[in-house]
Amino acid sequence: MRLLSATLAIAWKDVRLEIRSRDTVVSALIFGLIVVVVFNFGLNRTPGSLAPAAPGLLWVAYGFVGVLAMNRAFAREQEQGALDGLLAAPVSRDAVFLGKMLGTLAFMLVIEGVLLPVFAVMLDLPALSPTLGLIILLATIGFATVGTFFAAIAAQTRSREILLPVLFFPVIVPVIIAAVEATALVLQGGPMQAVWTRWLPLLVVFDALFLVICPWIFGYVFEG
Amino acid sequence: MAAIAGRGPTDSPIRSSLRDPRFWLLVATAALTIIDGYLIFVVAPTDQVLGHIQRIFYIHVPISILSFLGFLVCAVAGIGYLIRRGEVWDRVAHAAAEVGVVFVTLALVTGVIWARPVWGVWWTWEPRLTTTLILWLIYVAYLMIRHYAPTAQQGRAWSAVVGIIGFVDVPIVYYSVQWWRSIHPVQVIGPEAADDALEPIMARILVFSLVAALALFSYLLLERVALRGAEDAVSAIRRQGTYD
Repeated sequence: MRLLSATLAIAWKDVRLEIRSRDTVVSALIFGLIVVVVFNFGLNRTPGSLAPAAPGLLWVAYGFVGVLAMNRAFAREQEQGALDGLLAAPVSRDAVFLGKMLGTLAFMLVIEGVLLPVFAVMLDLPALSPTLGLIILLATIGFATVGTFFAAIAAQTRSREILLPVLFFPVIVPVIIAAVEATALVLQGGPMQAVWTRWLPLLVVFDALFLVICPWIFGYVFEG
Repeated sequence: MAAIAGRGPTDSPIRSSLRDPRFWLLVATAALTIIDGYLIFVVAPTDQVLGHIQRIFYIHVPISILSFLGFLVCAVAGIGYLIRRGEVWDRVAHAAAEVGVVFVTLALVTGVIWARPVWGVWWTWEPRLTTTLILWLIYVAYLMIRHYAPTAQQGRAWSAVVGIIGFVDVPIVYYSVQWWRSIHPVQVIGPEAADDALEPIMARILVFSLVAALALFSYLLLERVALRGAEDAVSAIRRQGTYD
């Protein structure tokens, strides 16, 4: 299992880097909070709860925070030619992709896990639900897969901050739709049949498809 | 560069363009478009319910279909480039994406013009409209990435992978948007409703319009591929000072 050990080594490198510096997670957490506060002024025109807009707000905030984390994941490799070292390592491109993707996934899950109770308090949500946890996990795998792939491209350009969201958000639309709809159904507490028959399978199909395609064409990202 | 090499000092530009298939395709496109205009505005019966605005349908539907063809060509040529590495594959992919973006932009614009009198709003988040808008965003990103790439070779490889991902993504976007809307039904007369009530003469004019639009699409694609070839030749001359 050389692929697995190389993948985990690359992911662990990113996690350890983050544990020591803590710059991405802290700034991403604050940014996630700011998104909710700003949307509060945009949407909460009459005094009352933001609860009806909560699923959308949650996923908009997660999406923005995710882009921030993904940009950092490859921006770091650009510094002092670290990327060349990573690519020169005697491991397959699949391991590089999966390692970076797992590292990003870990960041995002930590950030989302910390933000969730905060959002639950601010938006008045019943946030403790295993189904919601599953939705967040599956959607975040989709985010991290597509996002890591595009971040690898965007990091090599002059304007990575703008290019990543421009590439990422249109492609990720199905994940956002499925996550928002499923979250809304969970938060309503009504019949959840559509979550299991429609939105979670959609997330699984999306994740599986891009987990196959992205490593397959990842090698072409580092040409020239 | 056969066109340049083949043109001797005595060969006039007119005569050399007469030998170019693109010239004849342009002539055919112009003729088809003029006839199509006559069919749409004179021959086609006025829709009883929608009135004259319905005529935009003969333009809107063909260009929407052909924009999808453009993105299909772009994805296939992108795969071809990644496997075969011929620059001509990349030129075809780039040209198809550009023509596709132009067509899908026109489809959105004609759709908006149609929606205002018929649906009463310029825009509605109906599945097809929403999917088309996302398609537009993906392929604008495709064109952007070529522009932002530090080297031409990176631009070619990156845009090929974005073209592949975009094309795989479109069906998923379409189904997810449809499910999203079927959960919250909205009373909108979809484009399907217009299809059902199609008179035979209307259907025939639609097919003719599709042929005319296909001719325009093919001409633009071939012209753009040739132009990309000329651009590459010019930049090669700039780099090396010679052209071999």
